[in-house]
Amino acid sequence: MALRQAWQKAGKVLNGGALVSPGSTFARALSTSSDPLTLEIPVPFKGHKVDPPSSTVETSAAELVDFFRTMFVMRRMEIAADSLYKSKFIRGFCHLYDGQEAVCVGMEAALNDKDCIITAYRDHCTHLGRGGTVLEVFAELMGRKDGCSLGKGGSMHMYNKKGGFYGGNGIVGAQTPLGAGLAFAQKYLKVDGVTLAMYGDGAANQGQLFEAMNISALWDLPVIYVCENNHYGMGTAEWRSAKSPEYYKRGDYVPGLKVDGMDCLAVKQAVKFAKEYSLKNGPMVLEMDTYRYHGHSMSDPGSTYRTRDEISGVRQERDPIERIRKLLLSHEFASVADLKAIEKEAKKEVEDALAKAKESPSPDAPELFSHIYRKSYGAEAYGADRKESTVKLP
Amino acid sequence: MVRRRFSFGLVSRLSSPIYGRSPCSGGIWTPCLGQKRSFMTAKDLVESEEPEKKVTNRINMFSAINQALHTVLDSDPKSYVFGEDVGFGGVFRCTTALRDKFGRHRVFNTPLCEQAIVGFGIGLASMGNRAIAEIQFADYIFPALDQIVNEAAKYRYRSGNLFNCGGLTVRAPYGAVGHGGHYHSQSPEAFFCHVPGIKVVIPRSPSQAKGLLLASIRDPNPVVFFEPKWLYRLAVEEVPVDDYTLPLSSAEVMRKGSDITLVGWGAQLAIMEEACDEVSKLGISCELIDLRTLIPWDKELVEDSVNKTGRLLAPVTGGFGAEIAASITNSCFLRLQAPVSRVCGLDTPFPLVFEPFYMPTKNKIVDAIKASVNF
Repeated sequence: MALRQAWQKAGKVLNGGALVSPGSTFARALSTSSDPLTLEIPVPFKGHKVDPPSSTVETSAAELVDFFRTMFVMRRMEIAADSLYKSKFIRGFCHLYDGQEAVCVGMEAALNDKDCIITAYRDHCTHLGRGGTVLEVFAELMGRKDGCSLGKGGSMHMYNKKGGFYGGNGIVGAQTPLGAGLAFAQKYLKVDGVTLAMYGDGAANQGQLFEAMNISALWDLPVIYVCENNHYGMGTAEWRSAKSPEYYKRGDYVPGLKVDGMDCLAVKQAVKFAKEYSLKNGPMVLEMDTYRYHGHSMSDPGSTYRTRDEISGVRQERDPIERIRKLLLSHEFASVADLKAIEKEAKKEVEDALAKAKESPSPDAPELFSHIYRKSYGAEAYGADRKESTVKLP
Repeated sequence: MVRRRFSFGLVSRLSSPIYGRSPCSGGIWTPCLGQKRSFMTAKDLVESEEPEKKVTNRINMFSAINQALHTVLDSDPKSYVFGEDVGFGGVFRCTTALRDKFGRHRVFNTPLCEQAIVGFGIGLASMGNRAIAEIQFADYIFPALDQIVNEAAKYRYRSGNLFNCGGLTVRAPYGAVGHGGHYHSQSPEAFFCHVPGIKVVIPRSPSQAKGLLLASIRDPNPVVFFEPKWLYRLAVEEVPVDDYTLPLSSAEVMRKGSDITLVGWGAQLAIMEEACDEVSKLGISCELIDLRTLIPWDKELVEDSVNKTGRLLAPVTGGFGAEIAASITNSCFLRLQAPVSRVCGLDTPFPLVFEPFYMPTKNKIVDAIKASVNF
């Protein structure tokens, strides 16, 4: 204990574990030590045709602080998106991820930039995790030029090429065979990375998922099928739509692991394990037991098919941000004031990004016709009478 | 999109009677060669009386569809309604109260699996049941396209009439709403319009929806019924409370005119009506036709109309306008005084923020009408 306090004092002088540049607002009593720290995952893994990994996970104070900060930014971003939608800055569809942050944050802790992620439409935070910025997310939500997809995709279609994030897909389940294809490319080109093909409990009943699993298992593709089981496919509870809601077993011959998706560390451990497995042996299914606080989308109040008690119960007992907060406080890696300061910074970051995104202009009208084909060979897109407004596709 | 209440007045049928008993009936549906319309409508359709004389209720489109479904489930014990979320009433409220009244063995939810929903419906129908499958949005119908095209449409033909899935009706909300984006706004009816063996029906208003849906469900052929989701709440009309059907493969002239024929279906007709009103101020008289059934379509009526006016404009959302244009050009070539024109969505994927540019708006239609008349 004394050693830790001495270290923290030294950290004030020497600027912590050399992870933060001088003058940064992190140079305070907050521990940024990257000393390895082992923690126990409270909810055990459950394995299907595979021995689950150990429930002792290696992490560090710096990593936990980073988890906290990232998840808090994501949470603020989603809540800001909620109010943006209600004030009609965002139109169309908006599927919020709050409650599920631990999944994408935990995943990123075990992945690098050689890995690819492809997911469904609840993708704002996954995009952030892959290297996107809050500004890009807000601008894309509002359909502005500075959005990651130039404002042409919207909430459901966020992509990041450098970060290997293949979106952002609207049709439920359609992204899973794409994931198999990405994995094939990685294997063939010896990239030494895996693909995480994410889907939900609703999509788990789509035929194309099983086709994809069969192909991946047949050809030993390094793909990890991550089922984000938030227990409700829109308004349908898992037990009403699936004969077997044990989604980690649904791969049958594909081994699977059930993970507490509200625990960043468990997710990190599972993804690390799955990545090692997958690079050698082929596909694996990870079922993340998680929960979303909002409804399916902004047009769903989220309380007609589940009780408010259930939602607040999960928020009290399993909230991923609170879990990390308790860890940080109990191990004294941060004080309450430190965490408040991080929260304040995060709120400011989100607000600044929001203000900037609101100033971003809408895409220009010719963008309607761009990017339909790569090279259109003179194909024409027609206006009303084909005389005045015929556009040769760029 | 400005929220306006559209009341569609009921227009009495002005064209030559097409519906009713056909000479080729024999108790079994068979194709009738030699007629301009190559398929006949069901033999046991009831001719609808003038609705004004009936007891009506002022309701919107989803209520009208709901009434139709209640009627079917009431009258036929071997009819079933199923799809994603239909149990609690559906995302558009079209299936409200069905499960409470008829039980969860006849009105039930399916998991998220469009291909299986339609395939399951085909199987159910081939055992002589009325299977009414709902696809939550027409944009999601594509996994089921194989089942519809390869299984449903060809069942009777390939089995030499031993089996058929005529009791299948696939309902799907289609069309733009102003903010739907890529995957909640598409109008895929054209994909189904080139498949002999199925029928494609699209209503334009609540009273049409109830009558056409009842006719579609009772038609002994598989029908894909697209409902314009924009009109679910917006269109309010006096709808007869009782059981009535409107004939399939029978187009309706909504307003008579002499200068140009406009053909359309579904929600687009509301926009076209506005365009017709606007050009009437310039002295252009438009004949507006609601096709109602896209395949098999009422070619005779459209030809008669074009022979009268000499011009055709097919402002529709989707590719079926091409078929109409080609067909009419072929049959009315010498009569045409201007090239057949089409006003459609642009040749781009359905956009997100650009929707106002993409849509075939009233002004685009007015421009096209003027261009055609002044050719």
